[in-house]
Amino acid sequence: MNLHEYQAKRTFAKYGVPIPDGDVAYTANEARENAKKLGGKVVVKAQVHIGGRGKAGGVKLANTPEEAAEAAAKILGMDIKGFTVNKVLIDEQSAIDKEIYLAVLIDRAARRSMIMASAAGGMDIEAVAKETPEKIIKVHVDPALGVKGYQSTYIASRMGLPREQWKQFHNIVTNLYASFVNSDASLAEVNPLIVTDDGMLMAVDGKMSIDDNALYRQPELEAMRDLSEEPEAEKQARAAGINFIQLDGNIGCMVNGAGLAMTTMDVVNLFGGSPANFLDIGGGAKAESVATALKLILSDPKVKAVLINIFGGITRGDEVAQGIVDALAMVDTDIPMVVRLAGTNAKEGLAILADAEMETAVTLSDAAQKAVAIAGGAA
Amino acid sequence: MSILLNKESKVVISGITGREGSFHARQMIEYGTNVVAGVTPGKGGQILEAGDVTVPVFNSVREAVEATGADTSMIIVPARFAVDAIYETVDAGVPFVVCLSEYIPVLDMIAVRNYIDSKDGVRLLGPNCPGLLTPGEAKLGFIPGSIAMSGPVGVVSKSGTLTYEVIDALTRLGIGQTTCIGIGGDPINGTDFIDVLEMFENDPDTEHIVMIGEIGGNAEEQAAEYIKAHVTKPVTSFIAGRTAPPGRRMGHAGAIVEGSSGSAEGKIEALRAAGVPVADNPDDIAKIVAERMGK
Repeated sequence: MNLHEYQAKRTFAKYGVPIPDGDVAYTANEARENAKKLGGKVVVKAQVHIGGRGKAGGVKLANTPEEAAEAAAKILGMDIKGFTVNKVLIDEQSAIDKEIYLAVLIDRAARRSMIMASAAGGMDIEAVAKETPEKIIKVHVDPALGVKGYQSTYIASRMGLPREQWKQFHNIVTNLYASFVNSDASLAEVNPLIVTDDGMLMAVDGKMSIDDNALYRQPELEAMRDLSEEPEAEKQARAAGINFIQLDGNIGCMVNGAGLAMTTMDVVNLFGGSPANFLDIGGGAKAESVATALKLILSDPKVKAVLINIFGGITRGDEVAQGIVDALAMVDTDIPMVVRLAGTNAKEGLAILADAEMETAVTLSDAAQKAVAIAGGAA
Repeated sequence: MSILLNKESKVVISGITGREGSFHARQMIEYGTNVVAGVTPGKGGQILEAGDVTVPVFNSVREAVEATGADTSMIIVPARFAVDAIYETVDAGVPFVVCLSEYIPVLDMIAVRNYIDSKDGVRLLGPNCPGLLTPGEAKLGFIPGSIAMSGPVGVVSKSGTLTYEVIDALTRLGIGQTTCIGIGGDPINGTDFIDVLEMFENDPDTEHIVMIGEIGGNAEEQAAEYIKAHVTKPVTSFIAGRTAPPGRRMGHAGAIVEGSSGSAEGKIEALRAAGVPVADNPDDIAKIVAERMGK
């Protein structure tokens, strides 16, 4: 789960990372009031779960409360890469001398949390890593020890930070790591961490992702979830415990198992089709879960065909087939379907589906080709 | 021959009295697995019956090990209890622990892995994995016994049902397996492709290896380098997720393309550069193996 910038920064601040004064506004009037409280000179920033806000015109400087209101009026309602802006953050302006990149993230290969920093802050860090990898400094954290003083000293020294700022920097690194660990984050990023012209370090932009698996023990963070940014179908899927991701194509896919679900999308694509979604219904294929999944898929008007791909393992193919037939009785639709069933008792299952006059297939290739033909090729 | 599991393995199941736990315990026993004990705190003294077999239930893994000498563990408990169960099992001296539980927080797994790496001779498989199966001998976890057959191919995968597909297709072509292993789809796990490749390379009965990867992380790239340097046996592969959109988790917690890292293309390229044929379509994997084995 991703947090908005203002949520991430407030979380950092809770652990002692300095951030600018500021507050969220939902209307131009609120933006004016916020700016007044901050003395007039502010920055107005779109709060959406997507990068590249600046380039899209979602971040504007304002020197008076009136300008802040005008900027907010322009940004609110703006569409940034498919996300509609419905709130802005009004932060006081800072006098920036230097911009640093600082993040805590998980290094899968090293199986450790990692501090990543660069003196080339304020830019796209992927680009820095690609073009000038020597400017990225990485330090791994032993989970039993946490961040040690020598580690932040190494980073500060490598970045060329003056000696008198090391203490501040060490506290920020330590506090950012504490916010990362205590929030069960997978990413806590400050870009940029600025040095003001009077030598103070401050996190002016922040990003945080929380591990979905840990939300059960992070009720405060879970409550920050912005439901307005989540597609309706994905919201329903989450409530039903189904893994579902909406895509752009026209062939709905229903599969048991995540790896097989990805593979089904790949094979649809291989035969010139375009998947409308990723959907994993989990282990078996009981009538209720198939019906719920089918409703989710069919809620997308782009869907022209549905491909159901089930591998019967411990749940036998005939039980799965009966589940599908029962589910179809619960959902009223004329969208054509192709069912591919393999594994234990697949033959018996396919016979049940054939009796119900369903289009069936034995191999995944065959099923994908049939679905692509029905949907009329790529979307 | 096989790796990690055979009919002599003495298995203790944490979570044996649960709905899933008891169901799979019975499936495993029916397949021939030597399940010697179960553990559920508060249910010590109960018995699980499976056909002619009765399995005693203990309150703790340590009591189960003291009473039965169990040397292999399977953990099938909800995620929020699984981390404690892993520590408990390792602390009780069980050298091989298979954790099937899904949804363990990543930071917990960093600590678990750190702990396990500090111990000698302990191996964790999983979490969030289907387990493993040695055809005709024993199975731990979800892999259906009916689709497997004893033979010369070692199968290792991050996936569940996709792996069953491949095992099923191999069996249909008359090609059996030494051991089929699911390492799981989490970003941080106990056993990686490289560990299993090394075991298959050293197993005299394994003649061919099938490796099924997916987007996310760089375990497949590391495996490709390892294969190039250390594996003499033929390896055939498939990578799932070529059409997955970047930045989205595709079901498995670890299946995500982040920035420039973890893409299917990078993995396929690395494997092909290491001389490993990578099928475009999973329907072809078994056929490629058959051709390469001269069948």
